[in-house]
Amino acid sequence: MVESKHKWKAWLYLSPAIVLLLIFTVWPIINTIRMSLLVDYSTIKETGGYAFDFGIKNFVRVLNYPKFLNCLKNTLLLCVLTVPLSTILALLIAVCLNAIKPLQRFLQTVFFLPYVTNSIAIGMVFSAMFNIIGNNIGSSTQLITTAGIINNIIGVFGVDPINWINAGSSYWANITVLVVYIVWDALPFKILVLLGGLQSINRQYYDAAKVDSTPRSRVFTKITVPLLSPMIAYVVITAFIGGFKEYSSIVGIFGDGMGPAGDKGRLNTMVGFIYDSLAASQEGLASAAALILFAIIFVVTMINLYVSKKKTHY
Amino acid sequence: MKVELRNLTKIFPSRNKKSGEEVIAVNDFTFTIPDGKLIGLLGPSGCGKSTTLYMISGLQKPTSGQIFFGEDDVTELSAENRGIGLVFQNYALYPHMTVKQNILFPLQNLKGADKLPKAEMLQRAYEAAKLVQIDELMDRKPGELSGGQQQRVAIARALVKMPKVLLLDEPLSNLDARLRLQTREEIRRIQKETGITTIFVTHDQEEAMSISDMIVVMKLGVVQQTGRPQEVYDDPTNLFVAKFLGTPPINVFAGEVKSEKLYIGGVAVLDVPGVEDREVTVGIRPEGFVPDANGPLVCKLNSVEVMGRDVSVVSTHASSLNPIVRSIVNSDYRISSEETVRYSLKSHKVFLFDRRDETRIRF
Repeated sequence: MVESKHKWKAWLYLSPAIVLLLIFTVWPIINTIRMSLLVDYSTIKETGGYAFDFGIKNFVRVLNYPKFLNCLKNTLLLCVLTVPLSTILALLIAVCLNAIKPLQRFLQTVFFLPYVTNSIAIGMVFSAMFNIIGNNIGSSTQLITTAGIINNIIGVFGVDPINWINAGSSYWANITVLVVYIVWDALPFKILVLLGGLQSINRQYYDAAKVDSTPRSRVFTKITVPLLSPMIAYVVITAFIGGFKEYSSIVGIFGDGMGPAGDKGRLNTMVGFIYDSLAASQEGLASAAALILFAIIFVVTMINLYVSKKKTHY
Repeated sequence: MKVELRNLTKIFPSRNKKSGEEVIAVNDFTFTIPDGKLIGLLGPSGCGKSTTLYMISGLQKPTSGQIFFGEDDVTELSAENRGIGLVFQNYALYPHMTVKQNILFPLQNLKGADKLPKAEMLQRAYEAAKLVQIDELMDRKPGELSGGQQQRVAIARALVKMPKVLLLDEPLSNLDARLRLQTREEIRRIQKETGITTIFVTHDQEEAMSISDMIVVMKLGVVQQTGRPQEVYDDPTNLFVAKFLGTPPINVFAGEVKSEKLYIGGVAVLDVPGVEDREVTVGIRPEGFVPDANGPLVCKLNSVEVMGRDVSVVSTHASSLNPIVRSIVNSDYRISSEETVRYSLKSHKVFLFDRRDETRIRF
């Protein structure tokens, strides 16, 4: 315990961090709550001396807004699809990486590269890959043959080209591209965490399992996964939080129109909705939406923690 | 099951690729472990005893040589298929499973004809737990157990599948002194009850001597001597074995043999018939000293430590290669002089070794 006469010293040492947190974290949160509760709040009106009514009307409006509900649906769908997929894939890749000796460091670097690459840039690469239009735009029949690499690859297997992301593409084609992109983008961090976890598991457990003639599948399910469960829980929780904040991946592939040409806004997400509201000087709506997003993330994280407490061995 | 090691050799490649020096962990180890016996592999750290154990387990492959279980050559057999039980130094209990799940684990791995019904698995797990007296703790996790209890769980897990051979790697090193004494008796009892051929590795000579049917003393990958503990203690083949066995350790002197008499510090202390004249290293067990007012070996007295039944006399001698000379004498004996103590020697407790290659010179 700190003696009381030294308490001021503790506060002094903490003060830089506290001051920064107050200015850049605590005050914005308070201000967000304030703005969300002032009906139709906007900074322009406030500077003009407008007096706002106080109430929850912003929330009611956001929740009744079809655009917002569409954003909520897109966000939830992407979360539910990408989190399990990326976690399972990352686990398999990490286990494989951990099992091989030669080239392990090299491959580790390869798998980590996407993490240090700008996600907008990766998005543009993906949009080129999934495009139906190649570099040489010719007549309408020539379009397909010069399409992006994905359509060329599936063409080899005799599958008709699919309109993935261009004007007139279907919603599910768009979602498929997004899922592939988000999973691919999420892999490096998860692989890194899980591989670190795998390497910290004592080899003796595997030797013991070997002596007891344990089949490989059982070693994986009964030893590796339980011993890795704290890492898996961490990866899943952060993936959900990241998933609810999904935004830049859609911008990367579809541009800030948040949808294929001709159907802008179709793939918008919660964060996208907040940005749009801010751009339209509707800070009150944006704040309410941000708090709703916070509430959802909070509840989902609580559920995650509750489940992982029961299933995780620490 | 009889375990036979034939010319077993393990060479580890050098870590430093430039120097290219290989490490010979085990060198040409040949030994037959009789069925149902408890064998102690003994030696200082780095002597290759654990490597030998892991080669028997199948977790490490020998560079050359063969391993037989009974009449079967198991050298090429992987650990999964050898049917051995292994207790690791740190026990390697699965931390996320209860004691019961840990003990059941090897049984649940059985396949095909060996597969057991659930009820029988449980029964066998409880039998194994009873044998090591942990049947009260079946629903605890390893983290909730003491070191001694964890050790028993590890033994139960190794025993439950009725292994042909039980291997123990430094089984007592993580236990405190009192528990160590208790547990080594326990291991002896369990081994006697089950009759499973058991090999254990230790660097503690007292531990090995007290419970083993036979001991194997190793040094730098080479077997120095094998035999019953008392035989090895009473008849060491070289200075290393003589020094390694026994607490307090053997006293070592520089000596010389002249006309069949052993001289220490220029004084004839013992008749050594049949030994030609040469310089020797002399090992004298602490119990080999007999206090004698007219004894030839004169030592400068340091202190007398009374230990109840025995008295430990600490003295110094100019020719001693150790800083002190420690003898154990009967407490009936009263040290009269305060400056010196005189001893005569029991000839069967005195060993002569070649000064250079440290091999035994018998007389």
